[in-house]
Amino acid sequence: MRLVPDHSGRIRRSALVEFTFDDAPVKGHAGESLAVALIRAGHLHLRDAPEDGAPRGAFCCMGLCQECVIGIDGLAVESCREIVAPGLVVTSFRGRA
Amino acid sequence: MMLQTDIAVIGAGPAGANAALAAARQGFSVMLLDEQPLPGGQVWRAKSTAILDAPATPEGDAGDRLRQSVKRSSVTYAGDARVWQIEPVEGAWQLHMLKGGRTAPLRARALVIATGAREFVQPVPGWTTPGVLGLAGATALFKQELALPGKRIIVSGTGPLVFYVAAEIRRLGGEVAAVVTPNSQGDWLRVLPAMLPRPDLLMRGARWIADLMASGVPIHWRHAVTRVEGGSRVRGVGFRKLAPDWSPIGTSQGLEGDSLCLGNGLIPAVEAAQLAGVALAYHPELGGWVPRHDEDGATDVPGVFICGDSAGIRGAAAAEIHGRLAGLCAAQHLGADTRKERKQLRPIHARAARFGTTMTALSIPRAGLAQLTTEETVICRCESLTRSAIAAEIAGGARSSNAVKSGLRAGMGACGGKFCQTTVARMIAAADGRAEADVPPPTPRPPLRPVPVSVLAGDFEYSDLPIPKPAPL
Ligand SMILES: Cc1cc2nc3c(=O)[nH]c(=O)nc-3n(C[C@H](O)[C@H](O)[C@H](O)COP(=O)(O)OP(=O)(O)OC[C@H]3O[C@@H](n4cnc5c(N)ncnc54)[C@H](O)[C@@H]3O)c2cc1C
Ligand code: FES
Repeated sequence: MRLVPDHSGRIRRSALVEFTFDDAPVKGHAGESLAVALIRAGHLHLRDAPEDGAPRGAFCCMGLCQECVIGIDGLAVESCREIVAPGLVVTSFRGRA
Repeated sequence: MMLQTDIAVIGAGPAGANAALAAARQGFSVMLLDEQPLPGGQVWRAKSTAILDAPATPEGDAGDRLRQSVKRSSVTYAGDARVWQIEPVEGAWQLHMLKGGRTAPLRARALVIATGAREFVQPVPGWTTPGVLGLAGATALFKQELALPGKRIIVSGTGPLVFYVAAEIRRLGGEVAAVVTPNSQGDWLRVLPAMLPRPDLLMRGARWIADLMASGVPIHWRHAVTRVEGGSRVRGVGFRKLAPDWSPIGTSQGLEGDSLCLGNGLIPAVEAAQLAGVALAYHPELGGWVPRHDEDGATDVPGVFICGDSAGIRGAAAAEIHGRLAGLCAAQHLGADTRKERKQLRPIHARAARFGTTMTALSIPRAGLAQLTTEETVICRCESLTRSAIAAEIAGGARSSNAVKSGLRAGMGACGGKFCQTTVARMIAAADGRAEADVPPPTPRPPLRPVPVSVLAGDFEYSDLPIPKPAPL
């Protein structure tokens, strides 16, 4: 028995659009954060840590920790604050430590 | 051209937005700045434009009401605006904000700081694994994107937030593997009397817990997650029973899940106040170091006011009233007479704050929890510094947060120390048997938020900024 109803079937989202993450096609809803679209697509590992090269991904979800940083147009930006748009070319900071 | 306003408010959560509204009602021009696109703050964060329709929630409704009030008022709102520097210039306050990839100055005669809080997470082995999110951070994902970090999620941490997070995961269609919380059922029973003035919140919390029990989701009271397994992504966690001081005892048990939400209470975000020259005082019951302020949010620095969680963790309801008080105080500073209204608000604020600080008390980690951070655990995520590396620096003579920072770069990484400095300060205090009150946080340096070098060189397009609404007469 549940006392907290399941609302997942009642949420309507914008159309899916396609962008690329390290050349792999990824679909996300236009307007949602890149971090969420990447998590949904199973791309949790966004960058390698300095020194030990350990995998890292979104952590604070509020633009503070810098763990979710990815590259767009040569700029390092926080994927939790960047928005999905069609045709976006997103690169990870994996394997560059 | 330089943007000018009577009062600038940093942060558009319940505190800052209400400060702006109260000051504007006194006839002053007010600019309200936030790095989020819309007002609402952490508790009432607005949905992203990707959400076309969704069932109503109390947080969503309260946020919508606040956003409407700001829109209808004379307050000028600048969203996606990150304040990265605050300095006194010619008897006024000059803020620098990053907006639309450019930086612009704004000059104000008075400043209200309402920058809210961030969360404290006691580091455990593996907490840097992709798929581990902050407990409060996860709520940002829920509110803004109505999305979950995984399918089978472990929820671990202190205070009421664990149960809110578990309930939201279930509401959004996910599976909660288990709730692991250092609080005992006795801790909760003891605060029930203090919760009675808010029967609405009491009922809501009771419903969350009853739902978990009725659905067979295990709740591990007086336990903590002690390690995260999986390496490149979360596969599960180990968890252990805690002693009354929250030090781990007993054998490790295992849980499987593909994601972990982990958090141990909130810490006031005081860097903006520090930059403005406000001194800090240590108030563990309010979440640690808080800018010195009086009841109404006035600080020792003339023209600078502070409110909401950035003045001490007292919760959303108190933040709304505290914001009004601070906004009225700023108006008084500029010549309005707001004494009567403030006198009426003070007892209302005190009541709301009593409830809020009761919840804070449940959320604050007890001393033993620090033992979860083993020698090899990474503490500083930005520089991948382990507990043993930081302990060696302290043993070598670093006796202040600033010393550890300059010796090791702990706290000099991209996040500016926001997720390690409390842990480091507690280690310094423990090493010498000193009180935490003897180890203040490091001196913040601008920028408060990362600013790309290219931006500092570029010119700002004033068309990127909202046109200030005229001040009401
Ligand atoms: C991630 C998170 C989630 C939370 N979720 C809940 C919840 O679900 N329920 C609950 O009861 N409490 C929650 N809390 C506690 C909550 O913060 C308070 O109860 C309440 O929101 C405090 O209101 P406030 O206005 O003081 O601060 P906040 O609501 O935190 O507002 C502060 C605002 O300042 C902005 N800001 C900060 N620094 C800058 C800057 N340099 N430039 C521009 N803008 C800036 C932030 O974007 C934010 O919108 C949460 C806290 C955090 C950190
Ligand atoms: S997840 Fe922390 S900055 Fe994006």
